[in-house]
Amino acid sequence: MQTIRKWVQTVWIFLINGYWAFPFTRNLYQGPLKVICSPGLNCYSCPASTTYCPLGSLQQLLGGIRYSLQTGHFYVGTFVVGWMGILGATFGRFICGWACPFGLFQELLHKIPSKKYSVPKVLRWGKYLFLLVFVIILPLVVVDQFGLGAPWFCKYVCPAGSLEAGIPMVLLMPDLRSTLGMLYINKMTILIGFTIWSVLATRPFCRTTCPLGAFYALFNRFSLIQLQLDKDACTNCKACHKVCPVEIRFNETPGSSECINCMRCASDACSFDAIHIAIAGHRLGGVKEKSTVVPS
Amino acid sequence: MKEQIKIQKTPFILLGFFIALWMIGLAVGEPTRVLEQAKSICLACIGIG
Repeated sequence: MQTIRKWVQTVWIFLINGYWAFPFTRNLYQGPLKVICSPGLNCYSCPASTTYCPLGSLQQLLGGIRYSLQTGHFYVGTFVVGWMGILGATFGRFICGWACPFGLFQELLHKIPSKKYSVPKVLRWGKYLFLLVFVIILPLVVVDQFGLGAPWFCKYVCPAGSLEAGIPMVLLMPDLRSTLGMLYINKMTILIGFTIWSVLATRPFCRTTCPLGAFYALFNRFSLIQLQLDKDACTNCKACHKVCPVEIRFNETPGSSECINCMRCASDACSFDAIHIAIAGHRLGGVKEKSTVVPS
Repeated sequence: MKEQIKIQKTPFILLGFFIALWMIGLAVGEPTRVLEQAKSICLACIGIG
């Protein structure tokens, strides 16, 4: 199962980064596919990117909301939030575990042999703060003399942007190099910090900082497709605790907002077939289906 | 005897809500703006502006 997941993650990287002419054009993909939302965190200024980043677009729209309304347009982010919500309500955090390029980047780094550490539980609240403050409030409230807000998360934090856009675009466009300053150093420092942390702990960015993960986390308990626990089959052996990369106890908190639905517990730990995928509460495959029998 | 499978309604309600939001965005022409943004280089994302 984990091999399949790695393949799915790799396929997703190439699906949302399918423009490989960039070394010759030395520019971004500018075709119509960029109106499609990337499910995972993938910077739209990555030269290979063929989709838009929901977080970047949302911040840009919220930052320009005054200007839009003044000019008679109602660009308030409904299209972007709609996309994000459709994805979240359908898949929840399956996207984090199966379709996020930056998630895969962290997982690969974690394979580097080193002493491994856990992530303090209190830090998981950080991602909700970043979503609320850096993605919504600051772009809306802090504006320049023209009434335009900045994409705060992209500008000051996002290590995916630094990795996928910051490094390649500076290499592709030599003119940009003269404009690099403290902002670039700050973003590169954050990227290096998360790179080192990813070697030492599993997916630290997803668990503590990612606003997109925080948004999808809100749906984990209610999504159409979700990982469910069959309480009758569970023997409370706690094998699922030992393999979970994000350190949750699945049998105690099924539907946890921290679960990235990697399914390691189901495939590598549970011997009792107690953890399964369900679609709208209906067990996928129909095995051990719970049903109420009523007289016709 | 007839089997009755319990289907969760919440995901469908959520999906309906977000599809409605998405369609409102479509109706006001937001995709054009999103496309404009996505086509241009985001200097903030790179770490420049």
